[in-house]
Amino acid sequence: MVGIVAYGAYVPRLRLNRQAVYDANKWFAAGLRGLAKGERSMANWDEDSITMAVEASRDCLTSHKAEDVRNIYFASTTHPFKDRQNAGVIGTALNVEQNLSATDIGGSLKAGTSALIAGLNASKDGAPSLVAAADKRMARVASANELNYGDGAAALLCGTENVIAKLVGHHSVSMDFVDHFRGEDAEFDYGWEERWIRDEGYSKIVPPAIKAALVACKLTGGDITHFIMPSLMPAVPKLMAKMAGIGESTVRDLMGASLGDTGAAHALVMLVDALESAKAGDKIMVVAFGQGVDTLVFEVTAENDKLPKRKGLSGWMARRKEEKNYMKFLAFNDMLPIDKGMRAEFDKKTALSVLWRKRDMIYGLVGGKCRVCGTVQFPRSQVCVNPNCHAMDSQDPYGMAGLECSVMSFTADSLTYSPDPPAYYGMITFPEGGRFMADFTDSDKDQVKVGAKMRMTFRIRDNDQMRGGFKRYFWKATPV
Amino acid sequence: MARGIKDKVAILGMGCSKFGERWDSGAEELMLEAYKECLKDAGIDQNQLQAAWFSTAIDEVHVGKSGIPLSMTLRLPNIPVTHVENMCASGTEAFRGACYAVASGAADFALALGVEKLKDTGYGGLPGGRGGPLQALWNANGTAPGNFAQLATAYMTAHGVSGEDLKKAIGHVSWKSHQNGAKNAKAHLQKAVEMDTILNAPMIASPLGLFDCCGVSDGAAAAIVTTPEIAKALGKHDIVSVKALQLSVSNGSESGHNSWDGSYFHTTRIASKKAYEEAGIKNPRDEVSMFEVHDCFSVTELVTMEDLHISETGKGWKDVLDGFYDADGKIPCQIDGGLKCFGHPIGASGLRMLYEMYLQIQGKAGPRQLKDPRIGMTHNLGGAPRENIASVAIVGRYE
Repeated sequence: MVGIVAYGAYVPRLRLNRQAVYDANKWFAAGLRGLAKGERSMANWDEDSITMAVEASRDCLTSHKAEDVRNIYFASTTHPFKDRQNAGVIGTALNVEQNLSATDIGGSLKAGTSALIAGLNASKDGAPSLVAAADKRMARVASANELNYGDGAAALLCGTENVIAKLVGHHSVSMDFVDHFRGEDAEFDYGWEERWIRDEGYSKIVPPAIKAALVACKLTGGDITHFIMPSLMPAVPKLMAKMAGIGESTVRDLMGASLGDTGAAHALVMLVDALESAKAGDKIMVVAFGQGVDTLVFEVTAENDKLPKRKGLSGWMARRKEEKNYMKFLAFNDMLPIDKGMRAEFDKKTALSVLWRKRDMIYGLVGGKCRVCGTVQFPRSQVCVNPNCHAMDSQDPYGMAGLECSVMSFTADSLTYSPDPPAYYGMITFPEGGRFMADFTDSDKDQVKVGAKMRMTFRIRDNDQMRGGFKRYFWKATPV
Repeated sequence: MARGIKDKVAILGMGCSKFGERWDSGAEELMLEAYKECLKDAGIDQNQLQAAWFSTAIDEVHVGKSGIPLSMTLRLPNIPVTHVENMCASGTEAFRGACYAVASGAADFALALGVEKLKDTGYGGLPGGRGGPLQALWNANGTAPGNFAQLATAYMTAHGVSGEDLKKAIGHVSWKSHQNGAKNAKAHLQKAVEMDTILNAPMIASPLGLFDCCGVSDGAAAAIVTTPEIAKALGKHDIVSVKALQLSVSNGSESGHNSWDGSYFHTTRIASKKAYEEAGIKNPRDEVSMFEVHDCFSVTELVTMEDLHISETGKGWKDVLDGFYDADGKIPCQIDGGLKCFGHPIGASGLRMLYEMYLQIQGKAGPRQLKDPRIGMTHNLGGAPRENIASVAIVGRYE
């Protein structure tokens, strides 16, 4: 029996207040008033689809060992690299390389469900597959998309043991219905009229696809307990459910008021949301629309209640900081030619050969543990750092990304260039041993104190815009 | 124990350029400004120099690499020139090289010259973005003030000092240096500053404000060293000799091992202890007449006075507030204004500290002359609290 064995999610801490966006733009786009409600998630300057997918994957693997994963599928329409395996970065950050197949899936808003189908099929013979989906889409200033989109990620582990939601069946249709597109050189989506999309797209393509899926699963619309279908038009999912004979009360909330639409990730984000409270026997239908339709049906098992606790979507949603500064949103997304000063001009060229040699240290946050004296240290070195040891060639790799640490000393630096000044950084120490001077992220003045507990999070360190945007990733400390 | 350097080397002459934002000068002009004074003071001919040590720390923004820029600028007689770099402790490193050359007998006359031209970068503060390709992948996005600010947070934590008390104490450190700098015509900053101005200055890296940070300056300083015997033979009186030269360099225990609490300089404690031994000083609080220490930031000076074994650990802030290190205190510290006001052209700073000791011991310090100083100690630090080079020199009257 193949299905989902674990889930995880990630939502950036910042939530952009939509009224604040509208207030700044209403002189130009007064018609957006109806969307000026609630908030949308907003990635910090050091987050992208890879970093969010890493966090969701770590959340998902709370209960499972990363080294058992045999396949990683990473779905997004905003993969940071066109040619460099994005899923492979996630694998390295999770310290999985050997016996791993990594695949990027993109090109459509149903990339998340397509990745899930691929992951489930790849896991039929028992090889656990991790499906991660994340999006951080850009939108034009004063557009509806700017208000509707959100940034976020979900991850699902597929397998055959202790399945929490077994796959009942799936069905797909593919047709080149272009409701919107983003060309190779474009930063933003270009869309057609909503009424046409609703009447000629959704209404004619989705209901038959759902019905075909129900037939394939030997179910009727009345059997579905949770109906998941992302759409930027809030009335559409209900309309689709009705047209397919599925009860309106089963239609899951789109989380538009508090999160926004997370693009290729959103169907899986909503699935995680459903799984967090689903009961054994519940049947969940997931529908994603994007040049066709993917439909998946799951049946929740009794294992769902036994899944060890994780932060999950609700946990990350609860970690929230309201952002009313629309200018900051624009600056973080490089939509504002802000005067960064000369300190922002330092060359960010990455020595790829060094990155390769040190990838476990940089992407995996793997330190060392001395076999002679037991001292944990970062980075791992050939000579033990313990002044009373100094043994040579004595260290085994020791993963530190999952360890809680605390602040020994810190500062808020207004001199160094940071996209979000002042830059918080400080010496963090791990209780098992090991310390280093780390950048902090998602930190506020009242949270950063000597002795404060921190966790490590995978983030963008630098963006080499001189060379087409090579992003350097490393780990930062963030308040627990 | 090794025999040590005590009284084997004498300072024959010294020179120091005016420090500051020297828009009129490049590194070459600054080098010559210091060198001309130094050569005249030494009273020898340039052709008598047999070896030279040349210190800079951020040479990529001015002279570039190698010993060639010094040899070219001064038109030295094709003698060995060694370019040394040990971050902000580079100046003392050049002096050390020259002293060892003389002590070993390899040279009768050796030159040490340090220079830094920092004000051709287009922005304030020190240039950043150095370090190798691996550091670039993981080191925190820090600056010098941010690294030293953490000394303040850790010091407060270790000794239970309140933010208010510490701010007052480090404010006094800067206040005192401004008082001293006002009497130094070569200093970058020559204006006395009110305590209120210091305490209310804009924050650079909390808890360090603008006046807790030293100036970024252009400048050069130089020394010519020889043996005390040669100095005497040349008819010199009031000879200043080297009593100790010690260096201690971090090996990663502070930055990588949880035994260090961040509140002190491990290396300074080691280097100063060895220096007192080398100089035969038993009780530094009574025997040292004056200090020039590495006050890159006010808190650095405060903590350094503990690590030099002058103030009791955790009590240095009280000595500071008691005026112990003021010009009229028990042991004046930064009588020339220090890095804070004389300025900090990195490669020159170690030599500039020695320049003040040399002037004071010879009674040539003008309006800031102390009464009868006999032993002067310099402390020149490179790096950050967690990883650094502590360089200590003791000079004094040759008896």
